[in-house]
This record gives sequence, structure tokens and C-alpha cells, in this order.
Amino acid sequence: MSAGVIAKTVRGFTSALGQTLVLENSAHGRGLLQALDPRVKLMGLLALVVAAALSRKLAVMAALFGLGVVLAVASHLSLWSLAKRVWLVAFGFTFMVAAPALFLTPGQPVYTLPLGSLAITAQGVRSASLLIARVEAAVTLSTLLVLTTPWMHLLKALRTMLVPVEVIALLAMTHRYVVLLTENATAMFESRQSRIVGRLSGSEQRRVMVNTGGVLMSKTLELGNEVFLSMQARGFRGEVRVLTDFRLRGWDYLAISGFAVAAVSAMLAGR
Amino acid sequence: MPEGLTPEELNFEVLEFEAEDLRFEYERVAALQELTLRVRAGERIALLGANGSGKSTLLRLMDALHFSCKGALRFRGAALTEAAMEDDAFALKFRRRVGLVFQNPDIQLFNPTVFDEVAFGPLQLSWPREEILERVHATLQWIGVEHLKDRAPYRLSGGEKKRVAIASVIVLDPDVLLLDEPTGALDPRSQSQVIELLESWNNGQKTIITATHQLEILSEISERAVVLAHGAVLADATPDEVLANTELLEAANLIHSHRHLHIGVPHKHISPYLHHEHHKHVAAQR
Repeated sequence: MSAGVIAKTVRGFTSALGQTLVLENSAHGRGLLQALDPRVKLMGLLALVVAAALSRKLAVMAALFGLGVVLAVASHLSLWSLAKRVWLVAFGFTFMVAAPALFLTPGQPVYTLPLGSLAITAQGVRSASLLIARVEAAVTLSTLLVLTTPWMHLLKALRTMLVPVEVIALLAMTHRYVVLLTENATAMFESRQSRIVGRLSGSEQRRVMVNTGGVLMSKTLELGNEVFLSMQARGFRGEVRVLTDFRLRGWDYLAISGFAVAAVSAMLAGR
Repeated sequence: MPEGLTPEELNFEVLEFEAEDLRFEYERVAALQELTLRVRAGERIALLGANGSGKSTLLRLMDALHFSCKGALRFRGAALTEAAMEDDAFALKFRRRVGLVFQNPDIQLFNPTVFDEVAFGPLQLSWPREEILERVHATLQWIGVEHLKDRAPYRLSGGEKKRVAIASVIVLDPDVLLLDEPTGALDPRSQSQVIELLESWNNGQKTIITATHQLEILSEISERAVVLAHGAVLADATPDEVLANTELLEAANLIHSHRHLHIGVPHKHISPYLHHEHHKHVAAQR
């Protein structure tokens, strides 16, 4: 492992930490979704995600994705950032999963690979496109929820939907846990970087990565436990409490209607 | 008890904590061994000890985050057990009266903003919204971090983090404040800010138990010093008595012999803490 690779890893972790801050800032921003009651947002966007998951038509999924883009713009979220951090990543992972379907789904060949007899079929293209479109639409809508709702408000909204206290406690810790993990990883890689001179062989690189991963995991588990103790020390017993009282206003009722119409229409049209 | 008289007026000893033969183990390794200690209301106590002496463990037991495997620990006469803390009413009363500031502020600051952090405790104790807003603002102002209220806690400097961590506990106005190395890893200015903060908060009414290994702050933070070593009480005396007893401090690994040169002459100090005192005669001899 060269020092350059470690430097790149450190930059990655530092950028992830910065991103956490950006997320909190966008959640407190002044946009369409930020103005809604978290419960309305949670139920509305989840209904749209379910509609995307149930839909069998590409046009419906494209419409839901389009709706997600419109909501993102209305909520002052950066489309460039969404494209880079959400859409491209989701596309990459889903494409890897969907790629075999291009060849394995029986149907009419549309392109035969120059080497061998493997052919991409029209049905395969359709299946892969459906999967990718479904994931892109669902991930976009879920991301909107996370980006436009402060974490603790989201947890409180989940609690009002009768999600068990144990799950909420786990999620409450996750937020801090992720930051701790990233901070620890940054510190560990920085200390490693400061002690590396020259290049490491392939086996040394693997050993460094495995050792660092193991130590990082155990350190973070210990810190996660400490975070939970510190929450308990200030009276946390699993129930999420926030200063803001959730109260439905006229705008929220309008949003509920809008989400319901969109979700039901998508479900009917997508059958 | 005659009506209208408080235990203090009757000259009774009001005990906050009472530990008897307390034993605690981390995976079969004893962190506390048959420890007995009484803490009276209004006392300022320093738990003095080297790393691994059991100071932090004792504080965690006192905050009912861990529970002893042997012996008993009582808070105002009530046993601190897992079963007792499962009772919501008792747990809420206890958390309202006892606050712990952790050694590492990073683990204590888990909310997205400083304001949320300080409001976390009062929210858990179901205080009315208006009271929470008022108390959080007052605490932030008093502790001098109001300008940071919208910042993410993990983006603050070490001194600022420590002050916010203290604010997040002090906002509850607990009767007993447990502090784990409150000035550890702080620069001298931040150290004195934290000490001044605690002095002004205490006002002689509160019980403050501070775990530390910093001898130089001992007299400022306490009137009673309990020296711990290997999970047991080695001594219980006034700070001046403890500081004057170099044998005790050496036995507790709080000082060590330090050999170096002075004007070309080999010289041996008994401890870094007494360094300044030893140098006086060297300067006078010049």
C-alpha cells in the first residue's frame, strides 16, 4: 500500500465527515419538504416508495423518479450532489446485480457478443431496466426523507408509527456511531500514513487493511457502547423526545392528499 | 425527627453515597476491590489515582451505569441496583439528581447541534418546553458557549467540547455532579476556565466528585481527597495532607523519581508536581 492510497482513504473519511454536516444543514433548510410535518413526509414518501416497488411499468417508475427530482429542487437540494452520491452509486450497484439478467432472461436477441454465443435479449433489457428504475426511484424518494428531516425528528416520526422503542434506540445511536467510526478510521489511517515510507507489497497491503479493519471494528464497538451509556446517564430510556411538537397544519393536509393521489395513481397505473 | 428541622440543622450526617465492600470486575479482572466510601451532601471530593486505579469505574457505578458484582452502593439510602433502575420513577428521580460528565467529551456529544445537546437531558426528563428553552439558553450563556449553539458539537475545539459536555449535565441542575478527568487533555487556559466554571456553579451547595490524576488542581477542586490504587482506597484525607505525603503519592503512582542535570550537576526530583518547589533552592544557590 502506498502512502498515496492511505492519503486517499483519509480524504475519503474526512469528506464523509463533512457530508454528515451537510446532511444536517439540508435537513434544517427552508424548502418544500423541510416545511412539512415529519410524519406526513415519512408516510407520504414511504407510500411512493411502495408504489415504486410494486410498479411493473417503466413509465410509472420514471414518473416517480421525476417527482423525486421535482421535490428535491423544491427542497433546495443539490441535484449534482444527488447524482454523484445517490443516483450513480445506486446505478452501479443495481447494474452489477441486474447485468446477468440481460443475458439469462430468455427472449428475442437484440445484440450478440462478438466472442461466444452470449446474447442480450429484449426481455433481459426490460427486466434490468425495470430493476434499475425501481431502485433509482425508491432510493431517490428515501434519500429525500433523510436529507430533509433532522435525524431526531425522523426517529420521533417513526415512533409515532409504532416502530418499537428498541429499534428507535438503535437508530438513535447509529447517527453518532457513524461519525465516531469515521473519526476513528481517519485517526487510524492518518497515524498509519505518518509511519509509512516507500511502498508496501501486496501481502503487506492486505495485512494492513485486515488489521486496521479489525482494530477499528473493536474500537468502534467499545465507543458505541460508551455513547449509549452517556445517553443513559442523561435519562435516555429508548423513547425519543424532541423540542418541536408535531402539529399538522393546512399545508400538511394538502401534502397528505398530494402524496396519496400520487401513490394510488402510481399503484393503479403500474399494475 | 422534630418537625420543621432539616437533617443539617439537627447536625445529622446527610449521606449522598454509601459504598460498602464494593467489588466490580471487567471480564474477571477486578476494577474495584472491597471499596468502602461515604460521601456526605455538599462535599467536594477528588478521587485521586493513576490510570487504571478504578476512578472512572467508581464514577460509573455511582451513576448507575454499571452495577457491582459484590457489596452495596446506596444513593440517599436507596440501593443502586439494576432492578431499581428499571423502575422508571426511580430512574428519572435519580437522573435528575445525579449527573456524570464523561472523560471523553466526544462520546457524550451525540446530538446534531450544541443546543440540541444541552436540551437532550431536560427532554428525557420530560420538562415543560418553555422551561427547557429558558434553561438551555441560560446555561449556554452562563457557560459562554451561546454563540456556538447551532454548531455541530464534534466540530468544536477540545476546550469548547468539554464546556458543552459540562453544560449538558449542569443544565439539569443536579445535586451531585460526577466529573471524570474534567481538565484532562485541556490547555492551561481551558483548564482554568473549567475549574472556574465548576467553582461558580457549586456555590457550596452541591456535591462534586471529581476523578483526576492531576495533583496541581487538587486543592482547587476539592476539600477531601480519596486516593485510589488497584481499585481500593489507599487514603482518605485533606488535599494538603495528601500532597504532603510523598510516600503515599509514590505508592499510588501519582509521582515518580525524575533524574536530570542542573548546571551540569546530576539532580533527582521526587515528582513533576513538586518540580517547582525543588527548583527554588537551585535558583537560590546560583
